[in-house]
Amino acid sequence: MSVDINDRITLAHGDGGLKSRELVSDLFLKYFTGEPLRALTDSAILAQAEATIAFTTDAFVISPLFFPGGDIGKLSVTGTVNDLAVMGATPRYISASFILEEGFPVSDLKRIVASMAKTAGEAGVEVVTGDTKVVRKGEADGIFIVTSGLGFFRKGRTPLMPSLIRPGDLVLINGYVGDHGVAVLSSREGITLTTPVSSDCMPLSDLIESVLETCPSGSVRCMRDPTRGGLATVVNELAEASNLEIVLDEQSIPIREEVRAACDIFGLDPLYLANEGKVVAVVDSKWAEAAVGAMRSIPGGEEARIIGEVRECTGCGGPGSERCGRTDERSEKGRTDLNRNETALAPARPGKGRALLRLAIGGTRILRTLSGSELPRIC
Amino acid sequence: MSRETVFDRYKDPSAARYLLDRVKELAEDLKNGGDPIKVMEVCGTHTVQLSKTGIRSALEGAVRFVSGPGCPVCVTDQRTIDDMISLARLPGVIVCTFGDMMKVPGTYTSLYEERARGADVRIIYSPMDALQIAREVPQRPVVFLGVGFETTAPAVALALKSALQHKIRNFYLFPAHKLVPPAMRALLEDSDVEVSAYILPGHVSTILGKRAFDFVSSDYGYPSAIAGFEPVDILLALFSILNVMRAGAAPKPGVINCYPRAVTDDGNVRAKALMSECFKPVDALWRGLGLIPESGLGLKGEYSRFDAREYFDFPRFSGDHCDGRTGAPPLSAGCMCGYILKGKITPVECPLFSTACTPETPVGPCMVSGEGACAAYYYDR
Repeated sequence: MSVDINDRITLAHGDGGLKSRELVSDLFLKYFTGEPLRALTDSAILAQAEATIAFTTDAFVISPLFFPGGDIGKLSVTGTVNDLAVMGATPRYISASFILEEGFPVSDLKRIVASMAKTAGEAGVEVVTGDTKVVRKGEADGIFIVTSGLGFFRKGRTPLMPSLIRPGDLVLINGYVGDHGVAVLSSREGITLTTPVSSDCMPLSDLIESVLETCPSGSVRCMRDPTRGGLATVVNELAEASNLEIVLDEQSIPIREEVRAACDIFGLDPLYLANEGKVVAVVDSKWAEAAVGAMRSIPGGEEARIIGEVRECTGCGGPGSERCGRTDERSEKGRTDLNRNETALAPARPGKGRALLRLAIGGTRILRTLSGSELPRIC
Repeated sequence: MSRETVFDRYKDPSAARYLLDRVKELAEDLKNGGDPIKVMEVCGTHTVQLSKTGIRSALEGAVRFVSGPGCPVCVTDQRTIDDMISLARLPGVIVCTFGDMMKVPGTYTSLYEERARGADVRIIYSPMDALQIAREVPQRPVVFLGVGFETTAPAVALALKSALQHKIRNFYLFPAHKLVPPAMRALLEDSDVEVSAYILPGHVSTILGKRAFDFVSSDYGYPSAIAGFEPVDILLALFSILNVMRAGAAPKPGVINCYPRAVTDDGNVRAKALMSECFKPVDALWRGLGLIPESGLGLKGEYSRFDAREYFDFPRFSGDHCDGRTGAPPLSAGCMCGYILKGKITPVECPLFSTACTPETPVGPCMVSGEGACAAYYYDR
């Protein structure tokens, strides 16, 4: 007996009995071929010299499961790999747990697992442990995947942190923003775009390695992958964590014309859309051009460019003051009067950081963190 | 010429900066040391664009923008929202809505909260999606929440036509569509509204045509222009109406069409025909503006059978309980949406703004919708 590709997942595939074993041996082990996994022990045993470890976990739920440029399997590997890579670690091992809905087609599972194995190979990671559970029909949406990842810091490398960001640093991105968000949305809603947009979903380990190889230790301050919440949210997080002001240049941010057009239709802002193959890097200005060059030398980095700069938090006057980007510490009298001239405000002193957007027509505006998820609008 | 080139011309930063300077000069000249020129942007998308592009802040002191009633979510009366929620609570009913209705607070709860409690509320992108759901689950009633202006009504009419043709009997419409011209007339008649000129909605004009708004100039004498949505579009419209203002007593032209690449004199004739086939004008409650005669769309003729208000038995807040012309809705305590929608105050002047009322915890719909004046100002600070 073996797993039939035309079959559907049943509760028996998750009960730990014969069917479960078949699923592991005939499907998972066919694609995930690492030695630590093949041992099928309760834990994977990983021999590793003592080193600083990066450890992360992520759960993946997405509709549709297959979208232009990727699928939930590819996403579950890249998401975890990228979370390790942006810390400056070299991704090595991942775990994969599956929650399957009764009735899920085995052929789809096979496609997803094959895609995970392919992506893991590209990213240089091994799937070393995993688990499968099956829940009754209606208790899950087809398939949920949870992956955890381990990465190691190479000799001479230390974790990249927002606290390392300094005024004068430059902000880089490796390409177009918003592709993943538009690809998933249009494929979920069955909306055909004149120029179809593919997800940017890809592992960033090679691209980030190239940057870290090129730039001397310490010159790359911090990296982050702008997934949920998009570029605007990540830049806000970096500004807040570093207590500095990050100014992005509207005209420098690469956005595909078709993504812009789709956003116009849906009433969305590309700066808040998810990306799955992008990294925002904050780099010492002396090394920014070299870092851009390093990104451009790797597939997925061809459109890399400098999109902004870091400076002391100038305009806000500190938490609770009227122009401060933060709202939680606003005082009762802290109502903003838009007609007030900015120069008339309280003297500048360091406060919580904020993100700004330098506008094409001149001037800047505050780039806020997204509240909740973006909802399509009515007109 | 490729599509990109045409659009790029209206986004061109140097053209926008040039126009911005001309608009500023003109406005400074006109106000002559006095208060900033008050211009109402009727459409919610313009409200958002003024923030996003930085035009509002760039013209600070010269032009004061007043956000009009052009966000469909924002003008939906709280009692109408309560009715929608009552409907969603009925067992077995599937409610389909555009996304931005989800978080709008009714008197006690929102569709978002109801969904978490078990109501079957689905976000869709087109009324045709709701019809498709009705096809897929013929045993359950599917109600589409018809919120929007003349821009969404034709697509709803199309879905209704298709439902009639294919005899889909479990599809219903909760009719809450609103018409922009009657609301404009109500504003123009209202002595509380102090505005010098109007930027008219580009999308609605695409459907209705320029002539539908000529009364703003011909009957009431206000300089007004129909505008597109790129920076150059909006600035061109501003430039045009400020020029009319400067011409002073000279004979006023009608509404200026600054969006001729989309708006014709008569609009989209087929879309209008579709609308009048399915809908008839009815009196409607507007949040903050009260009851405006013939400013909403009700179902007519054989399409009346799709009316969710008629078909379902649910506790009502609007309709029967509406107390005529004075029917000022019981807004949440302190929410000044009504004043904001009339342009009496800017959102920042509301005591709840950014304190009790934020996008995370909205008190009024103007803070919920991305096109709402309060949300636009919130994100603009």
